Amino acid sequence: MSQPAPVTKIWIMRDYPKCSGCRLCEVACSLKHEGKIWPEASMVRVFMQTPGVEVPHLCTQCSDYPCVNSCPTKALSVNQTTGAVAVDNEKCKACGICIKACPGKIPHLHPDRKRIVICDLCGGDPQCAKVCTAMGFNTLMIYPRVPDITYNLYAKTPADLTKNLAYKFYGEKAKELI
Amino acid sequence: MANGYAGKLLEVNLSRDKISETVISERILKQYVGGRGLAAKILWDRLGKRWSTIDPLGPRNILLALTGPLTGFIGGGRTCISGKSPASNGIAGSTIAGEFPIELKCAGYDGIIVSGKAKKPVYILVTDGKAEIRDAKKLWGLDGKQTLKEINHEVNDLLEKREPLFGLWKDAGVLYIGPAGEKLCRASAVISKWAHGAGYGGYGALMGSKKLKAIVAKGTGPLPDVADPKAAQALLEREYAAARDSWQMRVWGTGAGGFRTGNVPSSEPQRNWQEEYHNMRSIGVPNYETTIWVKRYWSDYGCPVACEKLSCVTNGPLKGAITDNPDYEAMAYCGTNLGVYDPEGNTYITSVVEDMGFSSINGANIMGFAAELFQRGILTKEDLGGIEPKWGDAKAMGELAKLIAHRRKIGKVLAEGTYRAAVEISKIKGIDCMPYAVQFKGIEVGAHGMRSGLGFGAPMGIGYALGTQGGDHTSQAKPPFGEADVTLGDTMVFCTIGTRITRQEVWDFYKAVTGWTITNDEWLNTYGRRIVQIQRAAILIGGPDITWDAARDDDNPQRWYQPLPTGPKAGSAPTHAEFLEARKKAYEAFGWDEKGIPTTAELKRLGLEDVDKALAPLRK
Repeated sequence: MSQPAPVTKIWIMRDYPKCSGCRLCEVACSLKHEGKIWPEASMVRVFMQTPGVEVPHLCTQCSDYPCVNSCPTKALSVNQTTGAVAVDNEKCKACGICIKACPGKIPHLHPDRKRIVICDLCGGDPQCAKVCTAMGFNTLMIYPRVPDITYNLYAKTPADLTKNLAYKFYGEKAKELI
Repeated sequence: MANGYAGKLLEVNLSRDKISETVISERILKQYVGGRGLAAKILWDRLGKRWSTIDPLGPRNILLALTGPLTGFIGGGRTCISGKSPASNGIAGSTIAGEFPIELKCAGYDGIIVSGKAKKPVYILVTDGKAEIRDAKKLWGLDGKQTLKEINHEVNDLLEKREPLFGLWKDAGVLYIGPAGEKLCRASAVISKWAHGAGYGGYGALMGSKKLKAIVAKGTGPLPDVADPKAAQALLEREYAAARDSWQMRVWGTGAGGFRTGNVPSSEPQRNWQEEYHNMRSIGVPNYETTIWVKRYWSDYGCPVACEKLSCVTNGPLKGAITDNPDYEAMAYCGTNLGVYDPEGNTYITSVVEDMGFSSINGANIMGFAAELFQRGILTKEDLGGIEPKWGDAKAMGELAKLIAHRRKIGKVLAEGTYRAAVEISKIKGIDCMPYAVQFKGIEVGAHGMRSGLGFGAPMGIGYALGTQGGDHTSQAKPPFGEADVTLGDTMVFCTIGTRITRQEVWDFYKAVTGWTITNDEWLNTYGRRIVQIQRAAILIGGPDITWDAARDDDNPQRWYQPLPTGPKAGSAPTHAEFLEARKKAYEAFGWDEKGIPTTAELKRLGLEDVDKALAPLRK
């Protein structure tokens, strides 16, 4: 009998300057997890604090998992197969402490306000990156995860990223726009 | 509740500070669907009986921002803006891209009806199942980019303060106006994301007349339930595949037309339509992508095509100008039509025009008109407050846009739109300026000429002349079905560029989302026709400042009968006799009598007896 292939841990690479803001990632994520198009329930959210500067915002799976460690109810854990943060919806009290613990303020409450939303990597088959790559935008792409502290640095707020990108795109003019 | 619909419209009365909800019956939704169709129905029901007396810029007019059943489900969200048009005195369904319609539906509303007039500047904030009228004093007078910046900050802070535990708030969807809308310029647009505009119809002025600076929506709910989720998802995937096949639209955007439309079909405005041919390779895509594009793909919510491209001039004297693409219409109107053939100048003019609150078509058409009057010595440097709008001078053209938006000097007259300005300047100067006004029934024409017979414009120009939305290039009355055909996208409310699936697949999508069925024949002969006949009645009745006479005004601008002076089709133009012959046939095909009025039999067939009654005085 053939064994299922072992899941290699993956990382969703994000090439911020390329994001078109199409939000097909949000559509795909919410269709997968909610069975409907539900932008605010999506585990990846694309921010647009200034037009032209679209920032896909999703969990990067920090090696030290500050969110998991901060959870007072032990609702958060690490899925050992994928490395994704797992949310126990029964235990989550929607207190928002993990949001504060995340250097990128990436988690957010589900629109039902009863639980936190954090990327689960779709169990190793992330729909957001799949559609992004299939459509040739290549902003979110699936790569094997290798030991590296650099992943942690992607826990960044949309405001920080927006500032960087706005200056990159618009030069000094960015000062007036953000 | 009907599938695909949030199930209610938000009503905001600004005179009375009152917010309420309206439920549209399933019977009406089935007949008029949404967007442009539902807008025509609501406008006619509420204002039809006294249409000729309603001042589009008065408090009795209503502003509509409507989605449709397919908005959000089919890729590429748009909102349909409508009301009694300040430009044509009829009804236009003017759609605008952006995230607003998705946010609105997620907040639980299919659309907004704004009535009355605020005492001081306000904006409307819509959140889940709620709305509030908020002070916009500090937003009033700001240009587009500053308006959006301030709104984003204020709304974000507010939401975070109200729900600190939610986490970061993703930015809201925003529709706003610039100074041109505030100053009631009849060609001003409703704008989103700096560079998108609902331009045809002059609805920026309608918002301005209500002292309404912006409508902001932030919803956290899901899109409404659909009848057949599996089928809807399969169709969405089909649409993605179709988008992938449309590689030119994705890679080049409509901007490829900047060179092509002038060079091959010879139908792109040059210097206010004095010519329609050019051979300027500098206004081609390779030049744009290597100089000003800072992002090749720029999309609105759910759009797999991304025909927009983010453009920014990053060095030189025009540094800091930002827009999208510029897309074809902006390339033509803020480029070739003003004698500008370089990406930087083109981007700069487009950026200023949009910041002032014009769409690149309507605002720049007036600018072309003014520049030609300057070329001919009819308008002087003094009239123009010291500006010399010479063809090709991007800086001067930018100043001209500001002069019009702020109604300074002759800008006060030009702000009334090309048609009204032509009437007025003819009086002031004692010279007939109508030969230089290229517009249809008060609405400036899109950048697609018809003289060569090869372009996107319908043969003989009857597409515009008989259109209910004046110069709207996306709503031409092309025989045999006329606008009944093109009302579809504006009514289901999806983007006709971003949606690459077949017409049959649109019907399948409609069925998957709503569970209801419409066939293409039914649309062309009944549904679409019904919408167009209401719009036709409204524009024929018109008023109060202008009433169109079909015999005179169902016609092309004078310039379009002058033979093309240059290009492969030099010498080409229809004769007026040919046009009248084509018009006569089209009247019949569209269900109109020899005076261009929808016939009683046609209106009865469509269940529009009240429209027939309102048209009775015109039949005499």
